Amino acid sequence: MERNSPDLFLSEDQKSRHIYSVSEITRDIQVILENTFHGLWVEGEVSNFKAHSSGHFYFSLKDKDAVLAAAMFSRANKDIKFKIEDGLKAVCFGKINVYSPRGQYQLIVEKMEPQGIGAQQLALEQLKKKLAKEGLFDPGRKRPLTLMPFSVGIVTSGSGAAVRDILQILKRGASCVDVILRSVRVQGESAAQEIAEGINDFNKFKKVDAIIVSRGGGSIEDLWAFNEEAVVRAIAASEIPVVSAVGHQINLTLADLAADIFVETPTAAAKIMVDKKNTLLADIDSFKHEMEFSVQELFASLNNRLATLRHSLKSPWDRLSEKAQLVDELSAALKNNMVNYLKLIKERASAYIQRLEALSPLAVLSRGYSLSMLMPETGIIKNAARLKKGDKIKTVLEKGSFLSTVEEVIKDERETDI
Amino acid sequence: MKEKQTFEEDIKNLQKIVDDLASGKLTLGESLKKYEEGVKLAQGLSVVLNEAQRKVELLMKKEGKFSLEDFEDKDSKE
Repeated sequence: MERNSPDLFLSEDQKSRHIYSVSEITRDIQVILENTFHGLWVEGEVSNFKAHSSGHFYFSLKDKDAVLAAAMFSRANKDIKFKIEDGLKAVCFGKINVYSPRGQYQLIVEKMEPQGIGAQQLALEQLKKKLAKEGLFDPGRKRPLTLMPFSVGIVTSGSGAAVRDILQILKRGASCVDVILRSVRVQGESAAQEIAEGINDFNKFKKVDAIIVSRGGGSIEDLWAFNEEAVVRAIAASEIPVVSAVGHQINLTLADLAADIFVETPTAAAKIMVDKKNTLLADIDSFKHEMEFSVQELFASLNNRLATLRHSLKSPWDRLSEKAQLVDELSAALKNNMVNYLKLIKERASAYIQRLEALSPLAVLSRGYSLSMLMPETGIIKNAARLKKGDKIKTVLEKGSFLSTVEEVIKDERETDI
Repeated sequence: MKEKQTFEEDIKNLQKIVDDLASGKLTLGESLKKYEEGVKLAQGLSVVLNEAQRKVELLMKKEGKFSLEDFEDKDSKE
């Protein structure tokens, strides 16, 4: 070969050796791959889907045995009508591109068509249907938690965030709750078996009021153990109520469906216990108030009855003196009235007497006047014209009277007339 | 803990006392006795709920036999 320096000591093998630089071989691979694989269709299940803030999509296409990295740039994905998410089975059109800085090849997707649900998702749907048919998800199977779970078993990883979150919340909000942890793998091959065994072990061990099956958030693959039959069956078979607390945003796991209670985070599972404690404390408080109220009511009604009884129990003597007092009061008032009345009468009487006295003829006589009457006593003479010579008249003075005979009648003599 | 085991029963008893007292059918003597009993129960229940001690243990299994070990609860110890 021309490029190799002519070295006499080199073997035939070595003489024919062509040494590539990394860039060269990468460039060659690039040329071969990109020239061979363009304008092609690839079928697979979308996984690890990420929409970058730049607008580009990065994900993997996978099937049972292999994974292919894929990128769909914003220019290509802007018109896509459906939602791309993990588990989606799709047919993608595009070309293979080699990304030299990483030595990786990827499918640059130009077009994507969904193909129903992916195989894994399909398997899940099938398992879900089967278990639902057996009644494992029936709402009627759900058991309530005990009034206050004082002892809680947790099936999760002893080094994970889930157990930390649960212990934190319980410590702060419900430190009366004892915790027994069964540490298991929550991800990977043996995870489902270990989780199922943990649940079964708590049922054999007893001594806990509730079991929390938990894991922090993760991708659909990370949480897959909670979709496996062994876990779902262990939850359904548990005699102790199970709370499923698997961090997830999109889909429920089958563990959630089988659990007696499910929440979306480990923290929320712990908060159930805290809420129970607080509700009970409030209940106990209102019980106390109700009891106090009842006793106060009783005292008040007893007091009332006592007052009534006391009144009806008054002695006859008390009642007699009460009446006597009334009589005294009335008679005093009566007496008062009588005195006033008599005084009034008396005053009026003396006024009459005075007037009578003023009108009496005797009073006139006492002032020197006299009265004359024609005999035989026909009335007082007020007009001389009624008299004639020879009439006998009687004249009354203040003291005594006398008879006389008319000598002469004088008319209209006002001066001498009375 | 004994109080925890009888907790549900104690709550039920307390509720019954509350109902009995509210019925107004008890004599003063009976009422005061029940009231005292109820207040004692309520206090006991509150104490159990407000308890600050809790155990955190690890459930271990060896050859089918269970045992409990202390769990090093680092993060929530602070």
